[in-house]
Formats: sequence, C-alpha cells, structure tokens
Amino acid sequence: MAVIERPINDLENSDIEIGVRGTHRRMSRSDRAWRTFTIVVLLVMAFIMVMPFVWLVTSSLKSQVQIFQYPPEWIPNPVRFENYTNALTYKPFGLYLRNTMIIVTLNVIAVVFTSSFVAYGFARMRFWGRDFWFGVVIATLFLPYAIMIVPQFIMFSRLGWVDTFLPLTVPYFFGGGAFNIFLMRQFFRTIPEELADAARIDGCTEFGIYWRIMMPLSRPALITIGIFTFLSSWNDLLGPIIYLRSPENFTVAAGLASFRSIQDVSWDLQLAASTAMILPIVILFFFAQRYFVRGIVMTGLKG
Amino acid sequence: MASQAQAQALPAQTGWKWWTNLPLARRRTITGYIFISPFMLGVLFWVVIPVLVNLYLTFHSWNLMSPPRFVGLANIETLFKDPILPYALKATFLYTMMSVPLGLVLGFFLANLINTNIRGIAVFRTIFYLPSIVPAVANALLWAWMFNTEFGLINSFIRALGGSKIAWLQDPAWAMPAFVILSLWGSGASMIIFLAGLQGIPDIYYEAAEIDGAGRWAKMRHITLPMMSPIFFFNLVIGFINSFQVFVIGYLITDGGPQNSTLFLVLYIYRSAFQNLKMGYAAALSWLLFGILLVLSLIIFRYLGRRVYYENPGE
Repeated sequence: MAVIERPINDLENSDIEIGVRGTHRRMSRSDRAWRTFTIVVLLVMAFIMVMPFVWLVTSSLKSQVQIFQYPPEWIPNPVRFENYTNALTYKPFGLYLRNTMIIVTLNVIAVVFTSSFVAYGFARMRFWGRDFWFGVVIATLFLPYAIMIVPQFIMFSRLGWVDTFLPLTVPYFFGGGAFNIFLMRQFFRTIPEELADAARIDGCTEFGIYWRIMMPLSRPALITIGIFTFLSSWNDLLGPIIYLRSPENFTVAAGLASFRSIQDVSWDLQLAASTAMILPIVILFFFAQRYFVRGIVMTGLKG
Repeated sequence: MASQAQAQALPAQTGWKWWTNLPLARRRTITGYIFISPFMLGVLFWVVIPVLVNLYLTFHSWNLMSPPRFVGLANIETLFKDPILPYALKATFLYTMMSVPLGLVLGFFLANLINTNIRGIAVFRTIFYLPSIVPAVANALLWAWMFNTEFGLINSFIRALGGSKIAWLQDPAWAMPAFVILSLWGSGASMIIFLAGLQGIPDIYYEAAEIDGAGRWAKMRHITLPMMSPIFFFNLVIGFINSFQVFVIGYLITDGGPQNSTLFLVLYIYRSAFQNLKMGYAAALSWLLFGILLVLSLIIFRYLGRRVYYENPGE
C-alpha cells in the first residue's frame, strides 16, 4: 500500500543500477495505475472527512425554516450571518471568551515554565533517586484523570476554590503534567551538553544554564507544548462543569454545552456557536502547523 | 537572580561558602531536587492526597451536606448490586472494543494514503488531521446534528440511496455505532504518528525487497507492518486509555441514553458524584475504573508488548 518513490540515481554501483532501472521501469507502469488509484481513494476519503465541516458551516448559515427541510439543501438561502451574532449574544460569549483566555493563558505560562524546569532536572542532572522519580513521571502518564475527579473536587471545595478559576489553573503550576515533562526532557537531551559545559566553566550555575541556554534553544518544543496546553484548556469541559457554578464564570466550552441543555434553542444557533468555537483552533492550526506535527511525532516516536 | 549572584560569588564570597564547600555530588543532588521539586509537590497534592481522600470516601457515605458517615464496605457491595453499573461497563467496553481497533486501521490506512509525494498532499494531510483537534463540545453538537433522525446529513444520504432512516440517537442499538463513527472522524491524530513511522522506515529495506522480487503486498506484510509494530502498540495504548475515559459525547449528545446505552463509566462517576451526590459510591466507581484500566493495560503490555519489533532495543 505504501507508495515508495525512489530516485534511481542514488545507487552508485552501475551494475546494480542497470538491474534496478529495469525493475524500476517495469514497476513504474503499475506504479502509475497504483498512483491513480491512490489519488481516487484520497479524494473519496477527503470528501468524507470534509463533509461534516461543510455541513456544519452551511447549516449554521441557514434560516430556521431551511434548516428543518427535507431533503436538505447545501446552499443556505438566504445566507443568515445574523445566526452568528444571535448565537454569540444569546449567551454572554464575550465574557466566556474572557474567562477562557484567563484560564488558558495561565495554563500555558505554567506549563511552559514549570515543565521545562522539571524536565531540565531529569534531562541534565545526575542525582540519587532521579530514575525513580522519572519512573513516577511515566507512571502518572498512565494514571487516568477520571479517578481524580471526585477526590480533587472534595479537596478544592475544602479549600473554598469551587466557582473560581483556581482548580482549573493552579494544578498546572506543579510540573505542568507528566506528558509535557516527558516531552521537554526528550527535547533537552538533543541539545549538545558541550554548550552547558562551556557555560559551567565560565561559572554559570545550573539555573543559569537552564534559563539562558536551554530555554532559548528550546523555543520550538516550548511552542509545541504551549499549543497543546492551549488546545486542552480551550477544549476542556469536565473541569469547568464541575468547578464553575455561576454562569458569569463559565468558559466558552461550558457556555456552549449549556446551549445544549436548553431545548428551545434552535440548531442554527447551536451550530453557529460551534463553528465560532472551532474557528480559533483552525486558525491556530494554520499558523502553527509544523508545531502540531512536531509535538505529535516527538511524543509518539522518541520514547 | 540567584544564577547571577552565584556566578559572581564563585571566587570565595562568604555567603556562598557553605555551598561551594559541599562535595560536587551533594551539590548536584540538591540542585537536581530543586529542579524536580514542582513535580514532586504536584504528585503529593494532585495524586497522593487525592488517592488517600478517595480511599477515605470509599468507606464513607457522604452527600456533601451532612457530615460523612462511615459505612464500611457498603459502597463496594453496592458495586455488585447496582442495576445501572452493568450498562456503564457495557457501554464503555463496547465503545473501546469498536472505536480503538477501527481507529487504528483507519489511521494506518490514511497514513499510507498520505505517504505519497503527489502535489498538494499537504492539503489532504490537513483535511484528515483537522477533525482530531475540533473541541469536544463543538464536535458533540456537530455530530448530534449529523445524526439527527429527520434532518441529519447521515440519514439524508441513507435515504437518498434508498435506505430507510435510522433513529441513531434514539435507538439503543444504534447510539453506540453512531459514537464509533463519530470517533473515527478523529483518526487524524494517530494518522500523523503512523505517517512519521512510515517515513522513518529506511528505503534500503524496500529496495532490497524489490531486488528479491517482492511485490506491494509482500513489502507491506514483511517490512512495513513489522517495522510499524511499535507505533501500532503506542497508538493502541493511547487510544485505549482515552476511549475508556470518554465523557463529553455521552454527556452532551445522548446524556447517557437511550436506555443507558451510552452511559460511559466516567459519565456514571460524574452523575453519581455531582447529580446523585453519592461521593462514597463515586469513589468506589473510580477504583473500579482504575482497576479495569490497570488490569487491561497489564494484559496489553504482557501479551502484545513482546510481539512488538524494536529495531534498536533499549534506548
């Protein structure tokens, strides 16, 4: 199934080259058929995958009458951009957006600084007990968050933190999650130790090396974990619906979810609000595409 | 900053003398623990203490209003008598058993499609990947609309092809397949990991196989699949842990229904704790979830982990 395109000139040995050329030409004909087949399948799959997006956007621009119409029409007529303004003012989404941005910003800052700080210890320091504690990092990687829902709620309510942003932000300041520590450690290990040694000879402390050498050199990895933290905080629903009680503290996710429970709200508004929630993520993706891919690949393959 | 102060202090300034007099190994150990201390505190606050609290709750009955009451093993006993719990287990297992293997197959398939050097392939990669980062809430609302019995896109297609409409979200037999289809839309994340794996396989292997006369299928069977086994394993473990904790779609699209057919375990824990206010029972359910995940993870690692081919064992 994998279509491997080989440049034939990368074989130095001419004897073999002739043989391979022969094979290559013969393969090439079936390759062309295969390639056409691949493109057809690609187009079909792309059509299927893109369909929900198209359906979402067109539905979000339809009038109430047109949305409940069978058979459905693809082109909204009339195009109702008012759906968006109506949806986003039906509930105070400006306020929700502000709340979400506060939470997201704090979490991104927390993760970028504390996970790299901890990761430096694991990547570059040699000390008694390090491997044990790194084992703990790996173990918490597999710890299901779901089992912490109830006890953490009890803890935070004892602290009087319910209906504040604290339960949704403070935990991030303690290492920023095993996943990010792991990722930053892997990245730090790719930076040549000689740089740090040179700084040590000049009298730089480990903290200085972390802050002045490792951090500036780790921008790509830091951006990657920042983006993933942004995504998970932006998307999180369980946290906000457990901890945020008063509607003026809601996040965008919680606000959108509360749309669902109100039966009289029509689909056009729900879908317009959904599109509005997806849009920042899509924009973020187009601006920072390579960091997405890098992050996924780094975590997936360098274990 | 501490770093600057110390850097200048190195040539014997009294304030730092006790530090510079320490043996190097000791200094490294202290510095190392300072670096990892946020994580250690995090483990204490957000793992160790919650686990102890959960243990305490498991043996108590507590509705958050009146003080907790010690009930011994009553919550554990309830696990065996609860008529709702089997639904939660069934929904969670069914969802995992269907969505994880199908997601792996689709992710691998898409990765192979994408691993081609035709022009504009980046567009396809984006199209396949984007659904996997759609926020869960928006995703849930979108698919609730897709699966709408009268006006949803899925049923429109089925009817256009001459089939009769399916009550996806109202029929207990169809709600779970609908959720599996929904989950497959997000296969792009595993696709990217598979793609990186495919591109990491050295061309030499394929060239050698071609010289030996291997066809497409032989190359797939004897090179690609064995080389990709660690990535299959990784995606399997990740997919399994994630799907076992699925919550948002059950909460938003069907609210656990119809007839509890989508009452996922995490949703049931949420309901027990925050709607039925049975903190003790919710704690017992959490242990159950943890236990199942632990046992299944061990099975996966024990029986599949050793079938995985690693080119460079160790680091």
